[in-house]
Amino acid sequence: MNNICVYCEIEEGKVSDVSLELISKAVKLAGELKCEVEAVAIGSGLIDIGKQISPFGAHIIHSVDDKRLYPYTTLPHSAVFEHILRENKPQIVLVGATSVGRDLAPRIASSLKCGLTADCTDLVIGDYTDPKSGHEYKNLLYQIRPAFGGNIIATIVNPETKPQMATVREGVMKKEHAAKNFKSTVKVIDPAKILDKVDFAVKVIERHIEQKKVNLAGSQVIVAGGFGVGSKEGFELLNELAKVVGGEVGASRAAVDAGFSEHARQVGQTGVTVRPKLYIACGISGAIQHRAGMDGSAQIISINTDSEAPINSIADVAIIGDLHSVIPKMIKYYKEQSK
Amino acid sequence: MAFRIIVLAKQVPDTRNVGEDAMKSDGTVNRSALPAIYNPEDLNALEQALQIKDKIKDTEIIILTMGPPRAADIIRESMYRDADKGYLITDKRFAGADTLATSYVISKAIEKIGNYDLIISGRQAIDGDTAQVGPQTAEKLNLPQITYAEEIISCEKGKITVKRRLERGIEVVESSLPALVTVHGSAAVCRPKNSKLFMKYKHAKTQTELQTIDDDYMNQTIKNRAYLQIEELSLDDLSCEECKIGLAGSPTKVKKIDNVVLQGKDSKVIADKDTDIKHLMNDLIKNHTLG
Repeated sequence: MNNICVYCEIEEGKVSDVSLELISKAVKLAGELKCEVEAVAIGSGLIDIGKQISPFGAHIIHSVDDKRLYPYTTLPHSAVFEHILRENKPQIVLVGATSVGRDLAPRIASSLKCGLTADCTDLVIGDYTDPKSGHEYKNLLYQIRPAFGGNIIATIVNPETKPQMATVREGVMKKEHAAKNFKSTVKVIDPAKILDKVDFAVKVIERHIEQKKVNLAGSQVIVAGGFGVGSKEGFELLNELAKVVGGEVGASRAAVDAGFSEHARQVGQTGVTVRPKLYIACGISGAIQHRAGMDGSAQIISINTDSEAPINSIADVAIIGDLHSVIPKMIKYYKEQSK
Repeated sequence: MAFRIIVLAKQVPDTRNVGEDAMKSDGTVNRSALPAIYNPEDLNALEQALQIKDKIKDTEIIILTMGPPRAADIIRESMYRDADKGYLITDKRFAGADTLATSYVISKAIEKIGNYDLIISGRQAIDGDTAQVGPQTAEKLNLPQITYAEEIISCEKGKITVKRRLERGIEVVESSLPALVTVHGSAAVCRPKNSKLFMKYKHAKTQTELQTIDDDYMNQTIKNRAYLQIEELSLDDLSCEECKIGLAGSPTKVKKIDNVVLQGKDSKVIADKDTDIKHLMNDLIKNHTLG
C-alpha cells in the first residue's frame, strides 16, 4: 500500500507545530488506509530530527541534510522533495499551509501533475463515484475547505492522479503523541546527486524572523474582536478583559483587514485555529471562515448588538448588547467575584 | 534594450462583499449578484510593475488575463494605470479548470508572448485563496519563483532583489531573471487611474467586443490604432494539449458543495444587564472556566 507523506518545515533546527500536527493526522488516516507515514525533513543540522518526529508516530523519516538547504528556498527543496515523492510514490502528501508550504506544494503538484487543495479544514477518507463514467474509487482523500468567500463548503477529491496533495494551516489538526517508545526509521538521503547548480538561482541575502509573539493556539481563554469593535482603540477594552481573566486577544479577518489588530492574532481559516476553554467573540458576526477557526472551543460567548448574527447560533451564551458597555461589566463582576 | 514585464491579473467576484442574494436557494453561488472586480493582490502586482517602469526607461508592461469576454475590463483598468497592452485568454473550452489546468494554459500563453524579463502576479485571488497558479506557472516555464513579495527593491536586466513578507518576519532574496514574482497584499497600493490614459484607452476593445459595435466610425478608429486592440487568445491560438485543459485537465474534482448550515446550539440569550452579566461571570468562575 502506498504511504502518506508529510513535508516537515524546519526553522532553526526545530520542526514546526503544523508539521507535527499533520504527522498526527497522517497517522490516523494511515490507520484507516492500512499504510505507513513518511516524514520528510530537508534542512541543515538535522542530527536530532528523529527525536523530534518519532514521538508523533511517523514510521519513516527521510532526512536530507545539507548546508545549502537552510534557510528554505524553493528550487532546492522542491528538487529534493520531488525526488523523494517519485521514489516512494505516496498516495497522499500533506504540507503545512505556511509561506513555505504554499510556495513549495504548488510547485511540486505542477511537476507531478497532480491535484492540490489549499487550506483544508478537514481531511477524511471516503469513496467517490464519478458522476459521468460511474466509475467507483475507493478510499480517496476528501479535502474539505470553505470556498467562495466562505459561503460554501467544498469537498474536493483527486480520483485519477496520485499523490493527492493538500495543505493545512497551523492549529487545524491536533498534535498527538504516538505510543511510548515508538521509534521511527531514519533514512538518510544524500542530496549531492539530486541538486543542480541551477537550483540555487535564488539566494537569501537577509532574513529577520521573529519568535512567535502571540500564542493563540496555546491559550485557554481567547477574547476575540471583529469589525464591530470599531477601532484600534476599541481593542484596548478587549486587551483589558483578556488581561484580567488571563487570556489572549484574537481578531477576525475583518478586524485585521481594517487595521484594528495584527495578522498574528487572526483566528479563522486564513489565520490560526484555536480550541480554548472559553472563546469570547466581541463584535464578530461569525462568517464561516472565522467559525472554522474557533468552533472547536469548549465554550463560546458572543457579544453582539445584532441578535441575528450567525455567531449567536453557535454560542453557548449570546449577550445581545454593545461590547463597549458589556465588557466593562464583565471586568467589574469578574474582579468582584474572583477574589 | 527594452525590459518586458508580463503581469498576470484576474477578474474575480467580490467575495468580500457578499450580500444576501449571493447564494441561490439551491445553495449554489449566484455569480451575477456579485460585482466583478480586479483581484486586489493583482493590483499590488501591477503597482510593482509600474514602479519598475518608473525607473527603467523603455519598460513594456503586458497584462495577461484569463476569463470570460468581460474580463477585458481588467486589461483596460490596467491600461488606465499605464500598462501598455494586454492579452485576454478566453475560450469556453478552458472552463472548469483548476489551478493546474489554468497554469498550464497561462504558461502556454506566456510562451507565445515570449521575450519577457519578468512575470509578476498577485499572491492569490480572493475567489479561491489558493496561491497556486503563480508557483505552478513558474514550474511549467522552468523559472525561479519568489512568492510573498512585499517590495521589489531593485531590478535590472538579468537580476532582481525582492523583499518577502513571511508570517513572522521578512526575507530579502536575490534572483536571476527571468523569474516569476507573486506580490503580497502588504505591498504598496496601486496608483489610481490616470485621466489622460483613461481618455486614450477607454475605447480599447477585444475582437469580440468590436463585433458588437455598430458605429462604423468607431470600428474603423479602433482598427486603425493598434494600441486600442486587446488581443484575444483562444485554444486555437495556443499549442495546448486538449487533455490538459478545462475540466478534463483538472485533477481536482468537486465531490460536493454544502451550503453553510448553522448547527443551532441551545444558546442562552442574555441582555446587557448588570444582574445577568454578574451571574454569567460567577458561573464561569464557579465552573473553573475562568480563574
